[in-house]
Amino acid sequence: MSRIQRIKKGADIRLEGRPADTVSKAPSAQIYAVKPPDFLGVITKLTVRQGDSVKAGSTLFYDKKKPSVKYASPVAGTIKDIVRGAKRRILAIEIEADSENSYVDFGVLDVSASNRDQILSRLLESGMFPFFRQRPFDVAANPEDHPRSIHISAFDSSPLAASASVALDGRLADFQQGIDALAKLAGDGGVHLGLRRSDNALAGVKNCQMTYFEGPHPSGNVGVQIHHTAPLSKGEVVWTISPQDVANLGGLLTSGKYIPSRVVACGGSECKDPQHVLTLSGASIASIIDVPSKAHNGHEVRVISGSPLTGDQVSKDGFLGAHHFAIALLPEGHDPKFLLTSGWLSLGLGRFSLSKSFLTWLMPKSKVWALDTNMGGEERAFVVSGQYEKVFPMDIHPVHLVKSIIVNDIDSMEKLGIYEVAPEDFALCEYGCTSKIPVQKIVREGLDNLRNELG
Amino acid sequence: MKALHKIISSVKPHFEEGGKLAKFWVVFDSLETFTFTPGHVTNNGSHIRDGIDLKRTMFLVIVALLPALLFGTWNIGDQYFSSIGESAALFEKMMVGALKVIPLIVVSYGVGLGIEFFFAAKRGHGINEGYLVSGMLIPLVMPVDVPLWMVAFAVAFAVIIGKEVFGGTGMNIVNIALTSRAFLFFAYPKQMSGEIWIHDVAASKGGGLLVDGTTGATALGYLASTVGKVVDTPAVQGVMNMFADGGMFSLHNCLLGTIPGSIGETSVIAILLGAVILIVTGIGSLRIMGSFLVGGLVMGLIFNLLGLNGFMTLDPLHQIVIGGFMFGMVFMATDPVTAATTNTGKLIYGFLGGFFSIMIRVFNPAYPEGVMMAVLFMNVMAPMIDHYVLQANINRRQKRLQNI
Repeated sequence: MSRIQRIKKGADIRLEGRPADTVSKAPSAQIYAVKPPDFLGVITKLTVRQGDSVKAGSTLFYDKKKPSVKYASPVAGTIKDIVRGAKRRILAIEIEADSENSYVDFGVLDVSASNRDQILSRLLESGMFPFFRQRPFDVAANPEDHPRSIHISAFDSSPLAASASVALDGRLADFQQGIDALAKLAGDGGVHLGLRRSDNALAGVKNCQMTYFEGPHPSGNVGVQIHHTAPLSKGEVVWTISPQDVANLGGLLTSGKYIPSRVVACGGSECKDPQHVLTLSGASIASIIDVPSKAHNGHEVRVISGSPLTGDQVSKDGFLGAHHFAIALLPEGHDPKFLLTSGWLSLGLGRFSLSKSFLTWLMPKSKVWALDTNMGGEERAFVVSGQYEKVFPMDIHPVHLVKSIIVNDIDSMEKLGIYEVAPEDFALCEYGCTSKIPVQKIVREGLDNLRNELG
Repeated sequence: MKALHKIISSVKPHFEEGGKLAKFWVVFDSLETFTFTPGHVTNNGSHIRDGIDLKRTMFLVIVALLPALLFGTWNIGDQYFSSIGESAALFEKMMVGALKVIPLIVVSYGVGLGIEFFFAAKRGHGINEGYLVSGMLIPLVMPVDVPLWMVAFAVAFAVIIGKEVFGGTGMNIVNIALTSRAFLFFAYPKQMSGEIWIHDVAASKGGGLLVDGTTGATALGYLASTVGKVVDTPAVQGVMNMFADGGMFSLHNCLLGTIPGSIGETSVIAILLGAVILIVTGIGSLRIMGSFLVGGLVMGLIFNLLGLNGFMTLDPLHQIVIGGFMFGMVFMATDPVTAATTNTGKLIYGFLGGFFSIMIRVFNPAYPEGVMMAVLFMNVMAPMIDHYVLQANINRRQKRLQNI
């Protein structure tokens, strides 16, 4: 069963350096890292020490609050370092890979003959479970919850994103196996798969409800898809997982090996060879992509793990984030812009804008833009209205929700629909905001406050 | 431009904390960011950002005001010379107008920005650009011969009581420019009525220069005199004839704007040029403007059907081209801070704004400028409209919860 959902609000930002549809295999990295802060809401309890040797799938740490949730090493090797930040918070566990990879054998599991508990405990012990996230709050999922449904967005509509059909090419059997397992984990709502209307690569997948989405970003955001297929109400919990992790999950059950593989889209205007690269979760950036020492504009190159709209800034010797499937290289925008030539009084032909006050809206749709990281103005009070609404395709009033979060009015947040949103859904609002309000940060803080309040 | 940036960077240390001129940091900062959008970069969140900022937004509103400003300047001269029966060249008319308009603009910006700088320095934030627009709107809603000291008072009142006490730009409840005008009309009712709509009309009258029949009254002033009188009397018919084809306030003259009135409000064509700029750039809300227009026309039509006095019998199309209706619709009602902020709310807000503008104008002859009152009233009502729109959204969500 499938249906079509048209999303009208939103915008596609066409950045220069879109990755080609080819996949090259990255040389195996020397160092991998698992970063606990990638898994929101987790309190790290280490089970390894520096110098210990591990296999792919060996537990590195578990969640102190939910000890059944184990986090595994992506490769076999030796624990090189445990990086700590302020208050000795663990930021990363770095693993130096062995030349030969070896795996913990979790055994094969026949999904059709297994029940929910068997599948769940296999995912927990193997370290696959942390790739589930939950709504509300957009944090790591809790294995004790019985999610109403499980939602997968099979495409990423954000700029420079990996193409799911490229990433899942040749992995349909694993993907189907993963879906079958998810169907046993989900409650009455079942498994929902959101597909891009123009892409039929996953059309043959069974055992899930398919919805075809049409329209600009953020139509590929799983939150937007949930809103339009089975909206979330207070008290309900759904899980989300990325399509590549569904295939990895299927692979785990059929082979018994934990292989968190990643097809990563490498792109951006400073990327010499924009294409997809096959690697593992937590691989070092250097093993995936060549970062030039200087950008075209003479400044440094910013390395973003994830999408330019939502990702994390990492250093050249940093690591790919656990939930990231893209790396973007963009020039830093330290140049002050003179008012007439490129600043606020210019015609604005060189800058992609959601506002029609720049003439970019007259440009052909095929034009790609090389954007830098300049703020494009200073932070101001909320003045303009109607801007967020244009790129926020949910039946929620984004400005009023953000304002209720700013004043920490929990009652209003709940009423205005905070349970349905994640920071990423506000990324375009933040991009186009005249007053340069850090919307995603505000929403993240709001979600965290609310979660603490509810205990 | 590197040279200019070097100069600015070289004097910067004096204004930074510990420098000799640290008190004037706000002034320096606003001038620096005026010339160069700073090289600030994003940290996390969205790594790329739109080029749109508040400076550009506000500047485009000023551009949209230019046609009305230029026409208004010319019209001051035109009204003056026709009131004394002389013909004059374009340049002379512009000069007469410029001598009235430029001091008004200087006073408006001088007083308003002075107060803004003070509050920005006190609160320790940068200058918000909001006043750039308010400072231009204020001269345009003033009568020609308003004394400058009154304008200074009005601006100070509007900026301090209308805006800063609520927390500054983005926090005000009512429109700043209209607050200043309302202040003048209520604080100085005697000085703000009668012979101030045409430059020097009182002096011309005293000197016997005035052309016969010129009184210096506005279209609304004339129409207000018909209220309470029987329609078929000669006095009322005399007024109504001024609005017929060939009369002083014919549809043609009102569209063009060659009639007495506040400086920027007379020419519908100039205002609509501004409206096009605001709509094309997406800065002015088409929702508000459109529904405001419809609201005004509907009320005009209802009055037409009633036809109780001369004012009511005026064609709805004619109603909306006289007085400040068009100016209020394009530049006042659309102020995003004081208007409704939800999309549905904007439609309701605009419609009621236009509706009440015409209603107040006709029902309250003692005070004919209904648009100002209507927009101020709707400014106060806007949060309530939004409240109900949000409540409807909340109810939809709660209904869903009950259905599971």
